[in-house]
Amino acid sequence: MKRRTLLASAAIALSLGTAAFAQEEITAGFIYIGPPGDGGWTYEHDQARQKMEAHFEGKVKTVYQENVPESADAERAITQMALGGADIIFTTSFGYMDPTLAVAEKFPNVKFEHATGYKRADNVSTYSARFYEGRAVQGHIAGKMTKTNKIGYIASVPIPEVIRGINSAYLHAKKVNPDVEFSIIWLYTWFDPAKEADAARALIENGADVILQHTDSTAPQAAAQEAGNVITFGQASDMAEYAPLPRVSSIIDNWTPYYIDRVQAVLDGTWTSTDTWDGISTGMVGIGEITDAVPADVKAEALALKDAMAAGEYHPFTGPINKQDGSVWLAEGEVADDGSLAGMNFYVEGITAEVPN
Amino acid sequence: MIRLEKRPQPSQAWTAGSPLLAVLLTMIVGGLLFAFLGADPFETIRTIFWDPIFGEFAFYYRGQLLVKAGPLILIAIGLSIGFKAGVWNIGAEGQYIMGAICGAGAGLALYPSESVLIFPVMVIAGALGGWLWAMIPAVLKTRFGTNEILVSLMLVYVAQNILISVSTGLLRNPDGMGFPGSRNFKQWDAAHNAELIAGTGMHWGVVAAFIAVIGAYVLMSRHITGFNIRLTGEAPRAARFAGVNPARIVFFCLGLAGLLAGVAGLFEVTGPAGQISGAFNAGYGFTAIIVAFLGRLHPIGILLAGLLMALTYIGGEAAQTTMQLPGAAIQLFQGMLLFFLLATDVFTNFRLRFGTKGVA
Repeated sequence: MKRRTLLASAAIALSLGTAAFAQEEITAGFIYIGPPGDGGWTYEHDQARQKMEAHFEGKVKTVYQENVPESADAERAITQMALGGADIIFTTSFGYMDPTLAVAEKFPNVKFEHATGYKRADNVSTYSARFYEGRAVQGHIAGKMTKTNKIGYIASVPIPEVIRGINSAYLHAKKVNPDVEFSIIWLYTWFDPAKEADAARALIENGADVILQHTDSTAPQAAAQEAGNVITFGQASDMAEYAPLPRVSSIIDNWTPYYIDRVQAVLDGTWTSTDTWDGISTGMVGIGEITDAVPADVKAEALALKDAMAAGEYHPFTGPINKQDGSVWLAEGEVADDGSLAGMNFYVEGITAEVPN
Repeated sequence: MIRLEKRPQPSQAWTAGSPLLAVLLTMIVGGLLFAFLGADPFETIRTIFWDPIFGEFAFYYRGQLLVKAGPLILIAIGLSIGFKAGVWNIGAEGQYIMGAICGAGAGLALYPSESVLIFPVMVIAGALGGWLWAMIPAVLKTRFGTNEILVSLMLVYVAQNILISVSTGLLRNPDGMGFPGSRNFKQWDAAHNAELIAGTGMHWGVVAAFIAVIGAYVLMSRHITGFNIRLTGEAPRAARFAGVNPARIVFFCLGLAGLLAGVAGLFEVTGPAGQISGAFNAGYGFTAIIVAFLGRLHPIGILLAGLLMALTYIGGEAAQTTMQLPGAAIQLFQGMLLFFLLATDVFTNFRLRFGTKGVA
């Protein structure tokens, strides 16, 4: 208890200290799973951090810590930021969930924003993007483009977000190419260029000519480029340096508007705990330029699919969809609700692998 | 011309002085590195070495030093005894993981009981888990003459895969909405390795580390087993003539190291980490090897080395956030410490001679 009061009083002292200058300058902290130079997930968070800081023209100072493991060290890193006077802290990986909650309890006056988690508190919001919408476009292009009908998927950590992405990509690849097969490799890490490259090579050796990834680095892109005749998609970031081949398009996470919004709310004193889950319609999920390596008709279809989702006319999980075991998940025309999407822990019918458990 | 000349006897002054010199050299070269990165070297060094102990937020960091140093010391003590005997256990990381899994598993099997016996049962299960994992290289070495360095190291990767498997399967939190990771022990009082005195960072793992330091000191300097261990390491043939059974030494050293690593893992998973997850192991088992050597394989030395290592971690993190230095620069800084230690260590056994070899 003593520690909690100590920390709490420190936090109060700090927030009192900053309260007087609330309109003058606030500090926003960011906890990163990888380095900003990963070219993917962390890169986009860091870009958004910089753009947000620039947007507020000196009213907001930002600090960040990179390569924070999702272990006991995360709690200390977050505490360190809170003690250092951060007013709002963005923790940008799933594994920071419990540490974020634990620190938030000790710093009631600091606002916390946890990406991709599901636990909230009075001073903890969660935010994520509907990456599965991007996966639908990706699956469509992949299904049309594959010649071997083998698509390799480098999966990271088996949480619903990743499983959703696999299902969405598979459903939309299958729709345009009934013979398509998915090979999925789980790496159990978000960022490990060496493992990512190995996985890509193994998939390519087994005949995959499309590599999809849910990991953060550009290593799979480089491996595909080396192999030749393989296409890839930028993950989390545009990864345009690998265009026009192997990278034929990308799913881009654009966190800038969200970060500006949330920091503005702290400046205005209107911040409240929320759960945000935005997709293509708000621009949180973007589709990177589809290169000329993709035939014009496929590109047009892909863009039409994107527009339909942006307009809310089409949901990637629209029935009939069966679960892997053949049981009915969504009946004809039925659309998946957010609750079942948020906890998705099964593959859809047709995927031959098993969800790790 | 500069030559290295072997000293007739290891220099006492260098033995004691080289760690200090290594720290000093690390500060100087590290300071230069930070200066090149555009940070004020003095402020950076102060942030790393001074602020966590005496700075504004020392009330938090001092506790964190113990939290970080506890498992390092506990594991390093076990390893150092083996290293003295020439038993090279490189797989403490695996033993640490298996201790955490077995201990956490034993506890979770009894969820949600609030019995006071749960925590002791978990500690015993954790110790057994680490011990059993270390017995594999021990049996293979004594029976088949395999190399314990390779076997114990390879078993780390096996343990990591088991960790991933149980965190997404066997030990997964049934209320976790399909997300990997076990229940959080911090929310289960009977199994929570909480701080004994709030705000100090002092949890059972830190207490165990201090006990291990004292125990190792007594063992190595006052007990016949300690003598046999040292004899085996320094003169294996002499030890055999003296009736020391080398297989028993291997079993004892690996078993003890595994046991200590196992309980370290258990205290970590029920305390600071809170849950079994794929990212639970943070490399303590490997860092402990550095700590053991930095501490000269001596219990007191290891205690100090563990605290120093923890300081570079905690201070290094602080320098990252407050000075906005890249994480790689901090890792480089930590690596330098070991590098300079090994470099200055040369002078314990050798001395520099200038000029050509004397003719007289």
